[in-house]
Amino acid sequence: MTSALWIRFALVVGSVLLLEVLCRTGVIQPVTMIPPSRMASGLIGLFQNGKVYPPLVKTMGNVATAFVLSVGVGFLMGLLIHAFPRVRRALDPFLASYYAVPFFVFYPLLIVIFGMNDLPIVVIGFLFGVVAMLLNTLNGLDRVARVLLKTGRVLRMGRVRTALQIRLPAAAPYLLTGVKLSVAYSFIGVIASEFILSGAGLGYTIAYAFNNFDNLTMYSLMLLVLVIVVAINSVLHVWEQRMLRQRGLLRQG
Amino acid sequence: MSDTSTLHARFSAVTRVFPAVGGQPPVHALGPLDLDLRRGEFFAVVGPSGCGKSTLLELLAGLSVPTQGQLLFEGRPVAGEVPDGIGVVFQEDASFPWLTVWDNVAFGLRQAGVDAAEVTRRVDHAIGFMGLADFARAHPAQLSGGMRQRVCIARTLVLQPRLILLDEPFGALDQQTRLLMGDELLRLWRETGATVLLITHALDEAAMLSDRVGVMSARPGRFIEVLTTGWPRERDSRIVSDPAFGQLTSRLWSLLREESLRAAGDRRSARA
Repeated sequence: MTSALWIRFALVVGSVLLLEVLCRTGVIQPVTMIPPSRMASGLIGLFQNGKVYPPLVKTMGNVATAFVLSVGVGFLMGLLIHAFPRVRRALDPFLASYYAVPFFVFYPLLIVIFGMNDLPIVVIGFLFGVVAMLLNTLNGLDRVARVLLKTGRVLRMGRVRTALQIRLPAAAPYLLTGVKLSVAYSFIGVIASEFILSGAGLGYTIAYAFNNFDNLTMYSLMLLVLVIVVAINSVLHVWEQRMLRQRGLLRQG
Repeated sequence: MSDTSTLHARFSAVTRVFPAVGGQPPVHALGPLDLDLRRGEFFAVVGPSGCGKSTLLELLAGLSVPTQGQLLFEGRPVAGEVPDGIGVVFQEDASFPWLTVWDNVAFGLRQAGVDAAEVTRRVDHAIGFMGLADFARAHPAQLSGGMRQRVCIARTLVLQPRLILLDEPFGALDQQTRLLMGDELLRLWRETGATVLLITHALDEAAMLSDRVGVMSARPGRFIEVLTTGWPRERDSRIVSDPAFGQLTSRLWSLLREESLRAAGDRRSARA
């Protein structure tokens, strides 16, 4: 392990231990926070009594739908917009200021349109993720070296083949960045929506536990969300690093 | 005029004018230019920078369309589509960073739908020929610039092109590597029997490698003179010590000096 990794590891373990000590010694009151070890045991308990499954399945389903839609639509729109530079120039200011819009204000509107069900939640998760994917697709396609495209022409490859076998793999590291962001944004969009207006899901269950002073459930579920997000991101990160290293785009000690 | 059995490619009064873009006037890059490439010869093109050397190559490769005139390859007109039988090696690194050396070399063959056994046979041969056997499983990022250029040459070679176009392929390499790569190129040329058109800014490279050297004028580029080197087919970088080599390069330089000054003057006045 490099020294950077050691420092990172020590930072995480140290913080958790510090929290544990502060909670156990009463510096942090139990009504404020419970020790990390109790969060973990509480979470195991939630899995054992099965209470975690319905909200977990609900949330993961919504996140997965929002994520797949945002990556798919973001990628296709990126391809399309990249192919029409004039359209792109026209859209540029919208795309650049997109994340300045607080999507949650549209929640009432989305409920009017889609009804009181999972759809508005998925739509918000999608809205959060889609432009991150789109922007990274554009960025990736911009960075495909012209000489690789010329090579495609010399090999007499058609547009579709060039797109699939040259543009796509050449842009892959940037697309993966888009995928990483889309996962994160889909989680944020879905869980935050569940907090505000939903009768199910992890966000709702956390909010419900909060309102009922059920700190054990609340913190256990928070821990669960953290674990899931970190796990997914780590897998994507390892994949991304491997790709960058293979291409000599990563200089790591 | 060469007869059709020895004529491989022909430029007849070819010009290329790049249309005006964003307030800039149109650029007359090339011609009118005439050139007959003979089957199996090694032809080098030298000229001052910006004289349209690369434009000439792109036209012949079908990557660009002549504004006027006609271009024939093996008797058929070339216009905007890459003809079968032409391979191109660019100055920039054109290896695919996500593929191994082996897969890079196999890429074109797979595109052409060649069957797997034949792909293996040809790729293994080309990789051995270019001295890449120890790196077959490596990715381009693990190789030096010279080695990556070998990968690109091998990728072109496996397609067995009848005409190989090289656009300053050693431009990014150091002098020693250039000389050695030049030797490899001669070996490749002899073995394949292909016609080679080499664009270069290095006069010694042109003089050492070619059967004929075309000297281009400042923009709009056309040939001021085509010199015949008179080298035997079996030759290598050792001819740099031949007195005739010195005479040839100094002749090339005296032809080019004035054009290069003119080109530099044009750039200065354009900047002013």
